[in-house]
This record gives sequence, structure tokens and C-alpha cells, in this order.
Amino acid sequence: MTTSASTFAQGVDLSLYVIVGISLFFLVGITFVMLYFVFRYNKKRNPVASNIEGSHTMEIIWTAIPTILVMVMFYFGWTGYKPLRTVPDGAIELKAYGQMWKFSFEYPDGRITDSLVVPIGKPVKVNLVSRDVLHSLFIPAFRMKEDMVPGKNNFLWFEATQLGRYDILCAEYCGQLHSYMLSSVTVVEQPEYEKWLASAPSTADEHPGLALLKQNACLTCHSQDGSKIIGPSFKGVFGKTEIVETDGVERSIVIDEEYIARSIKNPNSDIVKGYMKGLMVSYEKVLNDEQIGHITDYIKTLK
Amino acid sequence: MTTVLPYVNFFQTKKGIFSWIFSVDHKRIALLYLYSILIFFLAGATLGVLMRLELLNPGKDIMEAQTYNQVFTMHGVIMIFLFIIPSIPAVFGNFFLPILLGTDDVAFPRLNLLSWWIYIIGALMALSTLLFGDGPADTGWTFYAPYSVKTGTNVTMSVLAAFVIGFSSILTGLNFIVTIHRLRTPGMNFLRMPLFVWSLYATSWIQLLATPIIGITLLMIVAERVLGVGLFDPSIGGDPILYQHLFWIYSHPAVYIMALPAFGVVSEMLPTFAQRTIFGYKAIAFSSLAIAFVGYFIWGHHMFTAGMSGAARFIFSILTFLVAIPTAIKVFNWVATLYKGSINVQVPLLYVLAFIFQFMIGGFTGLVVGALASDIHLHDTYFVVGHFHYVMFGGTGFAFFGALHYWYPKIWGKMYNKVVANVAFVLLFIGFNTLYFPMLVVGLMGMPRRYYDYLPEFHLPNMISTYGSWILATGILLMVGNLIAGFYRKGPKVGRNPWNGITLEWQTLSPPPLENFDRMPQLPLNGPYDFEHKPEIKE
Repeated sequence: MTTSASTFAQGVDLSLYVIVGISLFFLVGITFVMLYFVFRYNKKRNPVASNIEGSHTMEIIWTAIPTILVMVMFYFGWTGYKPLRTVPDGAIELKAYGQMWKFSFEYPDGRITDSLVVPIGKPVKVNLVSRDVLHSLFIPAFRMKEDMVPGKNNFLWFEATQLGRYDILCAEYCGQLHSYMLSSVTVVEQPEYEKWLASAPSTADEHPGLALLKQNACLTCHSQDGSKIIGPSFKGVFGKTEIVETDGVERSIVIDEEYIARSIKNPNSDIVKGYMKGLMVSYEKVLNDEQIGHITDYIKTLK
Repeated sequence: MTTVLPYVNFFQTKKGIFSWIFSVDHKRIALLYLYSILIFFLAGATLGVLMRLELLNPGKDIMEAQTYNQVFTMHGVIMIFLFIIPSIPAVFGNFFLPILLGTDDVAFPRLNLLSWWIYIIGALMALSTLLFGDGPADTGWTFYAPYSVKTGTNVTMSVLAAFVIGFSSILTGLNFIVTIHRLRTPGMNFLRMPLFVWSLYATSWIQLLATPIIGITLLMIVAERVLGVGLFDPSIGGDPILYQHLFWIYSHPAVYIMALPAFGVVSEMLPTFAQRTIFGYKAIAFSSLAIAFVGYFIWGHHMFTAGMSGAARFIFSILTFLVAIPTAIKVFNWVATLYKGSINVQVPLLYVLAFIFQFMIGGFTGLVVGALASDIHLHDTYFVVGHFHYVMFGGTGFAFFGALHYWYPKIWGKMYNKVVANVAFVLLFIGFNTLYFPMLVVGLMGMPRRYYDYLPEFHLPNMISTYGSWILATGILLMVGNLIAGFYRKGPKVGRNPWNGITLEWQTLSPPPLENFDRMPQLPLNGPYDFEHKPEIKE
């Protein structure tokens, strides 16, 4: 098993040990009996078979025992699981956003981060929002996972019990870079958490356009250095002439302010030749014209 | 040989490719299925080996992320829709159901041929995505919305292919139900039917009743992609959870379409190699029906982390555990069938023993993910991948190979090289467990499934797993090669009953004549496995 660092670990692991324990007993026992029969009643040792048609007693025994055992397993599964859905009062409430292929987290004061920082010993409720397709926020060390479903308000909560930094992984397949949709949660002491909360977000001296690109996970697909990831790179793209496909017809256009705005609001209308349609969702409702202006200004600087 | 056979066998009746692809003989159709299914199995296995190769080390080994996603989707589509769902029913069900019932064909022979053609057309549609459109689907075989609605790859053709193949399954199910009800030989009531027939009966009802649901669901994906109807994609008013419900309402019972026939062939092989009657005939027969019935109501356990209500999670979890009971009853009865038998350890029996062992691991790991608490940790991890490969491959796959070795002499009238078959079995067994056991471990460690790349701490189990895939692939090639070589083997032909079996197929010639029986089949006195009153079979 992996590290256990939340209050759920005990209940989840207990259900696991109970089921695996009972299972191992029967797996080993049945396999042993089976192999023993094959050896003991081999045709050399037992040339004449006995035609035993069955036994009501045995059928009752091996119906009753599994019935009891699976109900025991169910019980441990249910009791270990119940606390996972019961959020205590006074939990810190955060928001987690999933989008292809990046997690981001929003704190009550409005700050947005790429990874989580939480205090030890305090319940934290995370409301799960997906901006495009299904994702699943999975923290193995906390034994916690819940899907991020677009259009649906799922949540999870946890209380960390051990200081340290733990992986967050996306557990629901979400396309090309699914396995790179990673983040982390850092568990700190309460004073350190407060200090972190009080500090200003470190993005102040960044170009506002770059900050927006980071926040909206644009850079997961569009590089700044000319390399091709999923979409075209931003480097030197402004003013460039490109062949695009519009409603199945190829045409040549110059990339200008208007094209960038159109690509953000309605990404599938003009797809640059050699790239795939349908991978980017519209950001019309996420970004306003002023913000799009910042992004365009920043892209102009990438020569 | 100067002996003149009294009948020509079904291979000799007519020659030429058209006498096969337009044949309405259930035995020829069964072999058409066998050859096509084996080709797809080998293709799917090749994709599996490529995936393992990519996962040998973290980072890129042999292919890009997008290619990997398309490869695992194609692997899933081929293995599920083209191999494991049709496998045992379409091949051994088609060939042996009429013979086990003592009749000359299925109820609707032309429909039977149509099923195969539909299967082939669907398969070609699935493969056409390799050549046409914007590349094969990259969604996984589950086609989860809204990704399947948004992606630019050729999902439309892939789901249409699965839709078409579904009809093949529905028609086969219908055909078998009618055959079992109407065409049993005089004297064979339901409780005198062999257990393989019982399992096909339970399977056929699931095929008939559940498959239409996946059909309509997949059409809804097409409607969503082509017309933007707004069924599953929330950005146009749909609900992705609705898709998951509809998908699993079929796809969970489908697990039993894949597993029940395997239970059936295992229940045939055990009495033959133990030379005694099956232990608990009625328990095994009725537990198939119980599994088929309860199996309808547990689909929600695929969605424990999708945000269902607490009540729904409670109910689906408890029902999931209930399905374990009839399954456990079967395992106990199988093992008890070996008790005081006179056991003849032959290749098919080895596959049966491996089946029981591996299927138990598959079942027990199923309990682990059926429990709510442990599932939260293990859902969508490699543990699940390990679990269903233990059930589907370690269980059904091994039962399929066992059945192939069991009925081989009946179908072709020859025997394969048993020594090579034993070696191939050992390779398969070791390779299989080396490949899939580490997946359970890496899943417990927290590695999610459908991962092109992984964190360094997951390296060792992935490496071992990849080594296992090489052993397994060697075993498969050796097994298939040995079976093919068996056709060309010189030496004496096998008789009617090389294993000293008791069910009706062993009373006829090997290979059987066109009408299946050269003389009226004789039923044993007390039930299908009554070895004490076994009718004497003269060559």
C-alpha cells in the first residue's frame, strides 16, 4: 500500500484487509483442495470413480457461508465509506477545476493555484468543477477520489493527518495528455498555512496575458517556444500566414487580433491545417474582451 | 486405410470458399466464427503487447500519447466486441448446441449465417477507422461522453460498428433460445440438458434483452456528434451521467455474456476428466440463471465515484455482493466434482484448473472493488484492469482455450501434439500471471488506468508486467501453432470418443457428418452426466 495521510485511510484500508484476508483464505484453501483431489483421485490411485450427484447439506453450507461473508464485506465497505460523504461543519471550502489537462484550485480569497496547500488536522471540502470533459481528482495517499463531471456539482472532502507533499492524479480518462494531468497537495501546519494565505500570489509581476494563459491551462496545449504540443505554438504566430480549414474548405489567412479572438470564442471555426478539430472548448464565457486583449498583447511579444 | 466411412463428414460435403461463407450448416458457421475470432484475438493481443512495450519504462518508449490512446481503444473494442462476447457462444455454442441437444441444426440456420455476416461487416467497419476519417477512436472502448462527443477522431464509425455487431449477438441469442426450447431430442427435458446448454440459455436471454440498450445508446452518441442533439454533452444541455447509466445497463450484464458460457464449458470438461457425474447439477444450472438475473441490477458499481446518491451507492454495492453467492456456489460444485473422481489429467483439464484459480482471483478482486470504501481508492486504477483481465482472460479466455483443446478431436477428427500443448499451457499460465498480477499491485499503489506515462514509483511492477506479456505471447503463438500443426499431423485418426465423455457429441463420428448423427443418440439413464449408466459407444 501507498502512504496513508488522511483520516479515511484507516477505514478504507480496513475494508481492504478484511476482504483480501477472507479472499486469500478461500483462494489458498480451495486451490489446495482442488490440487489435492487431482492428486488423490488421479486415475492411477483411484481407477473407479464414485458417482456422487450432490449433497443438500453441502449446498446449504456453501450458500450460507458466502452469504454471511459477503455481507460482512459489504458492511466494512459501507462503514469505511460513510465518513467520506459526511462533511463536518466548519470545513475550509475550496474549488477544484479540471480541464484538459490541468488541475487548478480556487481559494476563498479568490486566489487560483496549480497545486493545493492545506493545513493538517482541518477538514477541507473541495467542490469539483469540470470545464470540458470528465476528470477525476484522485489523491492516493488520502484514499480519496471523486469524478469531476461537467454540468454537475460533485465534491469531496478530507482531513490530512500527516505533513508532506502528496500526488494528485487524474483518474478518469480525458484525452491525449490524461496521464500528464498531475498536481500535488502539500500538507502544512496551521501557522504556516495562514502565512501562505496572507502572502500575495506570486504572479504580480507577470504579464497579465501570461497569467491568464496559465490560469486557463492554455499552455498545456500551446507552447511558447515553437514546439508542437496539441495546438499551434504561440511563438511567432502573430502576423503569420496560415492555411486554415473553414467548414471543410481550406483558405489562407493572416493571424491577427480578430483571428485570435475568434479562436478563443469559437475554436473550431478555423482550424489550422495539420491540427485536430474538437479538442478545444469555447472560452467565450470564461474570458471577456479585455482579457482577450491582454492575451493578444502577450502573444505579440512572443517572437 | 481401406475402411469406407458410412457417412461423409461435414468438411467433405462440399468444397470451395462459397460452400463455406454461404453455408447454413451450424458446424461450418461455427468454424467461420472460430477463424475470424482467432484472427481478431491475435490482432488484439498484438496491440496489447505493443501497449505493454510502451509502458516498459516511464516516458516515451515506442509511440506517442495519442497513438497509445488509439491503441488501447482499438485493443478494447477488438477484444470485447470481436473476441470475448462472441467467443464461446458463437464458436462452441454454434458447433455443439445442436449436437448436445441431439438435433441436426439450430432453429434458424439462415439467421445463423446472417449473424456471422453481420459480425464480419461490423468488424470491417471497426477496422475501416484505421484507413478512413481522422484516425481510429481515442476514447477507450467505453466511449464515455462528453469526450466521445468532442474528440476529432473517428468515433462515429467505431460506435456504428459496435451497433452493427450488436445485432449479430441479438440474433445468435434468439436463435439459441428457440433451439433450446424447440429442438431437444425426445426424452431430453430441461433438467437433462448438459450444463453448457444451460449456460448458453442464460447467456442468450441477456444477449436478447440487454444488447438493444447498448444499440440505442451508441446511436445516441452518433446523434450527438452529427446533429448536436444535446443528450450527453452538458455544454448543449445533455448529461454525461445519463450516458454512463445507459452504457453500463448493457455493459455490466455483458460481463455475464462473456463469463457464463465459460462456466458452461468448464462444467462439461470437469465430468469428462473426472469420469463421474457433476456435483450439484441443479445448483450449477440454476445459479447461471441467478447470475444472469441479478447481473442486470448491479451496473451502478461502475459509477461509485461519479457522484451518485448515497442510497444508490448502498443498493448497487449490496446487489454486487449478492452476485458473488451463485458464483461461489459454482466454484464449490466444480471442485467437489473432482472428489472421488478418477481423474485423467489432460491438457483441457489443466486449462480448467487454471481457469478456476484465475477466475477466483478475478472474483475476489471483484469483491474488493464492489465494496464502497476500497473502491473509492481503487476505482479507475490498474487494479480494475488487473481484475477484469483475470475474469475475462484468466477466466473466459482460458476456458475458451480449454474448450478448443477439448473439442478439437471432435471437430477435426485428429489430435494435436499433447506434449507441445502442455508446454504452451505452462507458458500461458506463467505469462498470464506475470502480466496481470503486478497490475493489481500497481493499482493498490495508486496508478490510474489508461495512462500513457507514469510516475517513477510505478516502474518496477510495470516492467515485470511487460516481461510477462512476452512469455504470454510466446505461449499463445506456440498454442495456436500447435493446433494448426495438428491439422497436418499424420497418424491414426481419433475415434468417436477420445476422452471417454458422456454427452451426445461423443456418440457421433469425429468429425461429425452433415446431419450430426449417423445413428440415433442415446441418453444416459439419470441425467446428462450419469457415468454409471453410460450408453455404450461403438466405433
